[in-house]
Amino acid sequence: MTGPGAPQFDGGSTTTPETSRVTGGDTSDEDPTPGRPGGVRTAPEPAYGFPRPLFRTLARIPVPPPFHPRTWRSPLRGTWLTSVFGAVLLIGLPIVILTGLMSYIAYGPQFGQAIPGDVGGLHLPFFDWPAGPSWFYRLTQGLHVVGGMVLTPIVLAKLWSVVPKLFAWPPVTSLAQLLERISLLALVGGILFEFVTGLMNSQYDYSWGFGFYPAHYYGAWVFIAGFVSHVIIKLPTMLRALRSGPHGTGAFARWLHDSPAQTEPEPMDSHGLAPLDPNRPTLSRRGLLGLVGGGSVLVGVFSIGQTWDTLRPLALLSPRGQSYGDGPNDFQINRTLAGSGVNPAALGDGWRLRLTGGSSEVSLSRADLARMPQHTAVLPIACVEGWSTTRTWSGVRLRDLAALAGVPDPDNAFVQSVETAGAFARATLQGNQVLAEDALLALRVGDDDGGPMADLSDDHGYPARVIVPALPGVHNTKWVASIDFRRRRT
Amino acid sequence: MKLEQAEGMTLWRRLYGANPLHLLAVIGCFALSGYVVSMLWDDPTWPALLIWFVGAVIGHDLILYPLYALADQPTVLARWARRRYVRDRPVLVPAINHLRAPVLGSAVLGLIYLPTITRHGEDAFRFTAGLDMAGIYRHWLLITAGLFLGSAVIYAIRLGRAARRTTRPTDQA
Repeated sequence: MTGPGAPQFDGGSTTTPETSRVTGGDTSDEDPTPGRPGGVRTAPEPAYGFPRPLFRTLARIPVPPPFHPRTWRSPLRGTWLTSVFGAVLLIGLPIVILTGLMSYIAYGPQFGQAIPGDVGGLHLPFFDWPAGPSWFYRLTQGLHVVGGMVLTPIVLAKLWSVVPKLFAWPPVTSLAQLLERISLLALVGGILFEFVTGLMNSQYDYSWGFGFYPAHYYGAWVFIAGFVSHVIIKLPTMLRALRSGPHGTGAFARWLHDSPAQTEPEPMDSHGLAPLDPNRPTLSRRGLLGLVGGGSVLVGVFSIGQTWDTLRPLALLSPRGQSYGDGPNDFQINRTLAGSGVNPAALGDGWRLRLTGGSSEVSLSRADLARMPQHTAVLPIACVEGWSTTRTWSGVRLRDLAALAGVPDPDNAFVQSVETAGAFARATLQGNQVLAEDALLALRVGDDDGGPMADLSDDHGYPARVIVPALPGVHNTKWVASIDFRRRRT
Repeated sequence: MKLEQAEGMTLWRRLYGANPLHLLAVIGCFALSGYVVSMLWDDPTWPALLIWFVGAVIGHDLILYPLYALADQPTVLARWARRRYVRDRPVLVPAINHLRAPVLGSAVLGLIYLPTITRHGEDAFRFTAGLDMAGIYRHWLLITAGLFLGSAVIYAIRLGRAARRTTRPTDQA
């Protein structure tokens, strides 16, 4: 961010923009600057498109910082460095994108309960979300949220590495570049929007004025549009830069081995990332990559605990790293009884579970449920916000309840909570989720380590709640009032 | 025939400025983005969506980025000043990255967990989970302290080693 008049940090000469014009080959008569890494550097003239005279004329207009290329002094910026960050993101971002799109499927769009409801063609091919392995949603959503957090430093570093392009002069050099710069709005706007909304949502900050789910979902598709076209356009550049290495020697090891004093700027090329007038390096390439990677590790260390029980004490910055301190019921709550608006009297002795779908309605008290065969399963509960925890649950198998209702092989089941207000006061379960070995209407809960079990607390859904393997947390309905088992159409 | 094709390609590149694949990719991007916009056309919250989308870009490119670039200037200026005025004593171990690393670590954690540290999401969180976010900013301060002190310890060790390596005779020379 240093202007032409600021000190030049090699303790030597000060050059003004006028004495070293950036356009092709005008600067060859200048003396090499002693001590300046790389000596005198000249930017190759861009391959101007039509109309060439217009772009040439534009390029000759003297511009102040930040549009002047001398503004960008880091000796580390260059095509190779950007390609390294790009390669990491090319592996990481598709994981975050795919797991996010999978979460939409996990919500059961076939029952109209994924948000947003009608997304046209913007979805993965629909499939029945599996009811196992039980850790499946925990894994995909953990990768989505924690993966996004871990990639944040790399996204910031990537944006840092390409910032000279934002202020490049002339702003466009061809029709192709004009279109590409517009498409970059989808890429950069998309990723920043997705990261900002995702990070805020996982921390309950809803100050946007729009609903999170549709915004994050449609924002993702704008980002996908920008990302795919960016990869198509830039992949050859990235591969070439990674293969060629320092000055075309292919010797990455050497480049990564260089100390700050040995670090030479990348050669200037048509991509306009390497600096025209680099500062003396204060950090080696290895150091910069270590700093960025270290940032990712740091974020990972303090974030992974929200979805990995053993490491929960490390989730010091996550609102979900906190403890409720109430024994078997000490795990995260996404809807308190107070927040649900349920009258606690409705959950007392008068509470009945209604099972419908068969020839006659079945009504069960909690004591009736407790007298039925009890099944115990160790299952994680995983929230879309990225936290998860493994618990031991015991209660009645959903398939036993389906049989009791007279629909032993249901197509799906509609679970209604005593709660009526919230968006997740009801959920439809797929047939495979009802019939899964470990799918329960849980009455009791304990830790994952064989500790004592207790009745579900009020906040965890007493008298009974659903727990199904690999189901998004909010669809494990609490304070269940009724289950409607629906027959297969024959 | 081959020559004509090559000439056609050169002409195309000269007019458009890139190969045809480039045009296909950007049109694909515009079409998909247009489809998304069409899905949101009737959404009453579109002004907020637009503000946050554009605001995210402006917030990063024109506010956040200049801030951290400027934040790095004092360290660079200090190096310059040192070289300019204290030439005779060589630096044993440059301190700059021992400063940058904890600042960046603390800043990136602070940025990612900003809503929790500033308790901005607390009302919703209390409603949802029955907990508050009261003490969490202290954890961030502790982690920040750990990063800076850890960096200082490593710096001190490196400094001590470098000082031992630099024998006295050379020092006096």
